[in-house]
Parts: sequence; C-alpha cells; structure tokens
Amino acid sequence: MSVRRLAEDTVQPATFAFNRENAAWAKATIQKYPKGREQSAVIPLLMRAQEQDGWVTKAAIESVADMLGMPYIRVLEVATFYTQFQLKPVGSRAHVQVCGTTPCMLRGAEDLIKVCKSKIAAEPFTLNESGTLSWEEVECQGACVNAPMVMIFKDTFEDLTAERLEEIIDLFDAGKGADVEPGPQIDRIYSAPVGGLTTLQTPDEAETKKAPARASKGDGDKAVSVPPSNAAKPKTSAEVTNPTLKTPATAKKASARNARIEGETVDKSKPAKKPR
Amino acid sequence: MAKLKVDGKEIEVPDHFTLLQACEEAGAEVPRFCFHERLSVAGNCRMCLIEVKGGPPKPAASCAMGVRDLRPGPNGEAPEIFTTTPMVKKAREGVMEFLLINHPLDCPICDQGGECDLQDQAMAFGIDTSRYQENKRAVEDKYIGPLVKTVMNRCIHCTRCVRFTTEVAGIAELGLIGRGEDAEITTYLEQAMTSELQGNVVDLCPVGALTSKPFAFTARPWELNKTESIDVMDALGSAIRVDTRGREVMRIMPRVNEDINEEWISDKTRFIWDGLKTQRLDRPYVKKDGRLQPASWSEAFQAIKAAVAATSGDRIGAIAGDLAAVEEMYALKELVSSLGSQNLDCRQDGAALDPSLGRASYIFNPTIQGIESADALLVIGSNPRFEASVLNARIRKRYRMGNFPIAVIGEQGELRYEYEYLGAGTDSLAELVSGKGKFFATLKKAVRPLIIVGQGALAGEGGAAVLANAAKLAVAVGAVTTEWNGFAVLHTAAARVGGLDLGFVPGEGGRSAAEMVGAMDVLFLLGADEIDLSARKGFTVYIGSHGDNGAHAADVILPGATYTEKSGTWVNTEGRVQIGTRANFAPGEAREDWAIIRALSDVLGKKLPFDSLGELRARLYAAHPHFAEVDVIAAGRSDEIAALAQKAGAMAKSAFASPVKDFYLTNPIARASAVMAECSALARNNFKAAAE
Repeated sequence: MSVRRLAEDTVQPATFAFNRENAAWAKATIQKYPKGREQSAVIPLLMRAQEQDGWVTKAAIESVADMLGMPYIRVLEVATFYTQFQLKPVGSRAHVQVCGTTPCMLRGAEDLIKVCKSKIAAEPFTLNESGTLSWEEVECQGACVNAPMVMIFKDTFEDLTAERLEEIIDLFDAGKGADVEPGPQIDRIYSAPVGGLTTLQTPDEAETKKAPARASKGDGDKAVSVPPSNAAKPKTSAEVTNPTLKTPATAKKASARNARIEGETVDKSKPAKKPR
Repeated sequence: MAKLKVDGKEIEVPDHFTLLQACEEAGAEVPRFCFHERLSVAGNCRMCLIEVKGGPPKPAASCAMGVRDLRPGPNGEAPEIFTTTPMVKKAREGVMEFLLINHPLDCPICDQGGECDLQDQAMAFGIDTSRYQENKRAVEDKYIGPLVKTVMNRCIHCTRCVRFTTEVAGIAELGLIGRGEDAEITTYLEQAMTSELQGNVVDLCPVGALTSKPFAFTARPWELNKTESIDVMDALGSAIRVDTRGREVMRIMPRVNEDINEEWISDKTRFIWDGLKTQRLDRPYVKKDGRLQPASWSEAFQAIKAAVAATSGDRIGAIAGDLAAVEEMYALKELVSSLGSQNLDCRQDGAALDPSLGRASYIFNPTIQGIESADALLVIGSNPRFEASVLNARIRKRYRMGNFPIAVIGEQGELRYEYEYLGAGTDSLAELVSGKGKFFATLKKAVRPLIIVGQGALAGEGGAAVLANAAKLAVAVGAVTTEWNGFAVLHTAAARVGGLDLGFVPGEGGRSAAEMVGAMDVLFLLGADEIDLSARKGFTVYIGSHGDNGAHAADVILPGATYTEKSGTWVNTEGRVQIGTRANFAPGEAREDWAIIRALSDVLGKKLPFDSLGELRARLYAAHPHFAEVDVIAAGRSDEIAALAQKAGAMAKSAFASPVKDFYLTNPIARASAVMAECSALARNNFKAAAE
C-alpha cells in the first residue's frame, strides 16, 4: 500500500452525476438512515459511483459530499482510507486484482503478477497502452481454498495458472470478458476437493450394514500406520529451535520467579504469596 | 462522586472524570499527546497507558476510560489504578519507541524544539536508544494557509488539529486522509483554512508538524522573555503572553483565562506582531511648508502651544482611539477639560452608548462564561465571528452542547453554527419587540435568554432607539432578572468600555466625534484612526504609534507606544478591568502616551498633578474606584436596563451592518502587518490561493 492521492487534474472529468437508475438507488440508500445520519451512506454511494465510472473521481467525491451534506474533506478521508476505492482511472475493460496474500502466494500468485506485468503494465495502477487493462495486487479476497485467484470487477477467477490468466486477460481485452465463466478455472465444483468428492459420496448400502469398516481385519493390510513426520520440524542449529532450551512453557517455576522479580506479569489482584 | 486509589492514594473525583483526569487530581503525571481537555477524546496516541487493577491484564488508555467504568475489589474496596508500575513504564517506553520510529531526528532545526511535547516526554518516559534500522517514512508537506507551516514528516497523527478545527473553530477543513503508515493530515486539496482561530493548531500540535509560519526560524523559545499581558485586538481582552527578544516582539501566545478566552486566541491577536515593527512613528513630526517634517519634542510641543493659545476652550476637542488604555484617556480627559473643553469622545463609530444610562447599558452583562449557561440567543447587528472570534467559539461551544436556539438580525454571515435568520434590520427587531414571531416565544420560554447587541446596530442616528428597543425586548422576554442579566453589548474596540467608564464622552454642550472633525480648531487624536478625517479643518495633533489614517491628517505627530510597550488598563466588553504589562520599549523617541500628555500639559501651562504612572493610577482610582479592582467586573444594575427599556420608541428604518468589514485590518497595527495583509487578501479572494 502506498500514499493514495486523487488523480491528476488532466484526467479528472469536470462533473459527475449518477445516472437515472443509480440516482434512484442512491436516494433509496440515503433514506435507509435516520435524519441527520445521512452520511452513513457515504461508502455505498462512493462504491456505486466507482461502479458507474470505473473509478472515484474528484467530481464524484464532491458530488457525494453535496448529496450527503458532508464537508469534502470527510468524504476524501473515506475515499483514501479504503483501498477498494480506485482513485485513478483503471482499465476500461478489466481491472485485474491479483490476490497476493499468503495462501495465494504459496500457490503461485507471484506467477500471476508476472503475467500481469508482462501483459498489462510493468507497474500496478497503470493502464496498458490502449487503456483497456490495469492491475493491482490486493490482500486476501477470501477464496483461499481456490488459490491462486484474481478478481475482475465483481467476479473471481480461481484455481488459476499463468497460462489461464493470460487467456482470461486476452478475452477481457478483446471485450469478451462476459464469456469467461467465473469461479474455478479447473475441473472442480466451487471449493470442493480437486478431482471429485472424497466424502459424502453416495453411501454403499452393503458397507453401512456391516460392522464399522475400520475394525475390519482386511483393511489392516492396506492401512499402514504412518509415524509422525519430521518434515515440518525446523532443520536449523539456531538457538531458538533447541528443544532443551528452557522457556516459560517448559520451566514454569523459574519463569514465574523471574516474572515476580520484574513484577511485570504478576497478577496484583490476587493476594501475594509468601516468598519461598 | 467516585472513590478510587491512584498509586495507593485514595481520592474522590466526579463520575464523569476519565482515569487520566483522576490521576492528575491525585498528582500523578500521565504523559499524553492526543488527549486535550477542551477537545473530544480520540485515544489514538496510546501514550497515557496505565495499569488498572482487576482489569484486563494489559495497560489501559487512561484518557478514554471513565472512572465509573472501574470495578471495585472483591470485598468492595475502592478500585485501584497505577501509573508507576513496571508494566506502565514498559508500555510507555514501547509507545514512545513506536512514535519515534517515524519521527525525524531534526530537533536542532525544528521550531518546536524546546517546547515540544514529544521531546519532553521522550526525555521523561522514553528509552535512550532505538532498535529501528529501516528508513523513516517521508511525507509531503502541505499548504494549509499563510499562517500555519507544515512539516509533515514530524506528524504523529494525534489529530488534535483535526478535532480543534472541527469542534472549536467549526470548520470541517482539516482531515486525516489515507490510513496506517500513509495517514496524512491535510485540508481538502490543500486549500487554505478559513478559520479566524486557525493559529491555535500551532499551540495544540504536540510536535513540530504545525508551526507558526511568520515565526519560522526566528527565535528559540528559551531565548525569549515572556511577559504576561492583555490583548487589544478586539474587545475581549484575551490573556496573552508576549515573547520578546531584546526590544523586539517575536511572537504572541495565548494564556489560559477560563473567564474570557479559555486558551484560544484569534489569528489577529497571535500574528499581529510584525505590525508592531513597521510603519512606526519613532519621532515627533511637525507640519512645515505643507508637509510633515521630523522635529524635536519641544518644537512639537511649542507648535501645539501656539495652536491652543490661538483658540478658545470650546473649540478644542479630543477623540480617543480603539486601542487606547484607560490611563492615557484619563490624562487626556484631564488635560482637555483643564483647557476648558467638553468636547471628548471615545466612540469613533458614533455608537449610541451613553454612560449616563448606567453601566449595564454598555457592557456584556451575562459575561462571556455566562454564554455557556444561556439557553437561547438572539444576535442583533453583530457578526461575532469577526468582531470577537474567541467569543464566537464560546457560542459554538454552547451550541454544540445542544438545545440552544440561535437567531440573527443583521448581516447574514457564516457564523460557524446554525441559526435562524430573522431579517436585516430594524423592521425585524420591531416585530420581535412587539411580541410577534416564533423566536419571541422561544426567548420567552428560555430560562436564561441572551441578547447580544453589536456595534453594527448601535452606530448611526438610529442607534439609541435600537439600543432601547433591544433593552425592551430583553425585559419583555425575561432576560433581565435578579439572577440573570442577558442583555449583552458586544464591543469591537478594546478601549471603548474603559472610555465609557471614564466618561470620555461629550460633556454638556460638547460635540461628538463626527462633529468635532469639521468644527474643532485644535483636535487631539489619541490613536484615533478609524474616523473619517477627510473633512478635517484646523490644527490636528495625533498621539499614536503608527503612521496610519490619523497621522496622515495630523499637523503635529507625537509618537506613542503600542499595547506591548506600555503598562495600561483596559476594560473588556464584559466590563472586566485588566492590566497589560509592558513587554518591550517603544522605538526611537516614542514614549508612553500618558507621559506625552503629562509633558504636553506642562508646556500648555495646565500641569497635570502626577509624575509617574503610579501617581496617575492613584488619582484615577480615587475618581473611578472600580478601575482598582483588577480582573473583576463591576456588575451593571438590572434596573438600568429596565429604565433604558422605558425609552424605547419607534426606530428609523435601517439595516444593520457589522462594523468589521475586514477582520484582518481593523486597527493601525493590523494594517501595518504584512501577515495580516496577506490573510486579508486571501480572505477577499475567498481563500482561493494557489498552493505553493
């Protein structure tokens, strides 16, 4: 995240007005709130303004402020606080929001960003040459099971590979964005397991009538007992990973004594014990 | 009342106190940045963390927790809080370390150095090292007006400035944009702030992010001599501290005076000081061969002597200006009367205020602090935002408490609070006086209605009738009772109430200020610069500090002292007597005004019977005992208002116009100030200055 400013005056449109449908919607939204509390509608109105124009213009900020009887600076505070509001023009056909948070990153979001950099623009929030595309890296969009993913307008495109994202970007660039099916881009139902369901399949009636499957002898051959793996254990010689090191968790008495000396974690609400 | 123990000391505090206030009450010091007594609680700096016994096992922000939220001990013991435990110490050190992560180490070039909260508290509560190795954040400086300089790297996001401008000044112009590390204080698109109180954000800023632009890089706080004095820019008499270095006034700061200005002062009060150094009259001048030429004191006095000798007493007059102190007005009155003249006036604007009607008829009876207990307000012919900005903040404070209907008759201006507009002039007032209109009922229903009468309503021929009608209205709505006197005259001139108290008004057969201009053979102007002298004929003596309107029309100029250069008494609009102290000396041959008049009296052969300020004051106090009661208001009697109300007659049709046309240029000192000129130009241009 970086400092967010309004776009240059050269790209700012002179005026802003909600179209008829949005104006009616805005009026209804404002009326949801009690009299004197109209400014509660500032976020929905700004969002709708962004949906209408693609980004939040200076004129939109002032227009929304006037509609709600708010000082301009208060609306600017809101618009600059939430990164969901685009303060600079974004691609007219697609603004690709690539999730870069840990699950997506582990599943290859960095490759997706590389695709964006090569296909759209080297820097985020920059339009491509024809002005149709732009991209940014965003924080978690809540589709971690289907990582990595991108969000374009209100649709998410999940389980992406670099190649698939390229295709999607090309389709959007060609104006055929509506043809792309949102959701997982691989053979998968929503966030169900890859390769089909593993549980809650049609129950085998013969199986269910038998004694519990796990107890059956025949299974014992197949299911080999797997000892706990050391794969996740750190392989370093660093001091902190030494299991013999005394910590408050392993040496409770000593740490309690330390704490009492420093007086930092002692609960003063309890009567003090006599020192031993 | 709530009982609690602070560091083992048991105290009892009111229920609405915060833990921080309770700690202060118990004498425990709690560091803070964002908390300010007169602003809403933000709780975002976390510097005021303390330990609460029985609370969650973490430090609590004492500014944001009330004493009534504390839980008693298991056996009903008083709740306990601690400010000196290791937990608190560690918490403070941690917060301070975080604050300093992004705060530049530029104290040696920072104007706040020496009076910086962050500096002081880092010394007292911080640790001596930093563990932070990365780059500090850099923030672009913002343009927020010609008075406040910004160095935004230093900002710690306490939002005091945002809360002050929104709550006290009533302008929603400053804001905190962005979030987290990228949060920035700015105005919308870097426009200049429009408030007359914006200078106060300089004092509020706990670091050097907002500093005084005119004062930038001129002096260090520890090399300044601080003199506590009284402001004369408006009729409030705000408490100020004049900081001088050598002979020069370097800056003016507010002092706390709960009765008048709390701790705010207007921009004119604060940034006037460069006007004290320019356009000064530093030696006597005498008009020879049609132009003013430098002269010696004795030449000047001889010229006056010749002029006085050539005329009779009834053709000698004196007009006192708006900044004059009581002492010099008293001396001038004595001198002019001894010359056999009744032609005295301290009302340059011709306001219909008459001391013979009683003191209650020309002072702000309910007092400034009384505004907070009023429950309805009518403003007649005044724009308090420009005439008394700090008083306007007090009205806004009352307005924010709620349930305070406000109506205005006169100019329809932006007052920083909502009001009902009743009309432009006497018609609307007459309607209200006759008991018609909804607002009359509102005033009538109010327990403590407040009626502010401005100078705009009192100037001109119809002024006396307006004053009487306002008094009649006050009596009719029950604003004048034994407990409450809601009849308030708001003055714009610091000298006015003192002059009226002295009786510096035309005596029997005397002429008023406007009449004197054309009629007098010899006219003494005591710093009178607001009167139209274009029709002036005859010999004019100007005693004053600045080469302004009065000096241009003068035949003899006697250089006087400004308010920082003399010890003087001023009476504010409430009728409160206050004494200002001398902070520096007048330049060149200029002298204190009373001493000039005393010396002149000797030359004129009417030697005044005092040789020192002490002797003058002794005589003054003998003649007018209430001047001796400093910081006290000699209250007006309510029957004087009732008597005034009896005189109410028909009013000539007129519209009220505020006498303050340009807030930044109301007196000769302000007109000599480059900073005020810049502010004035900006305000005239509707604050549309290009950002730097």
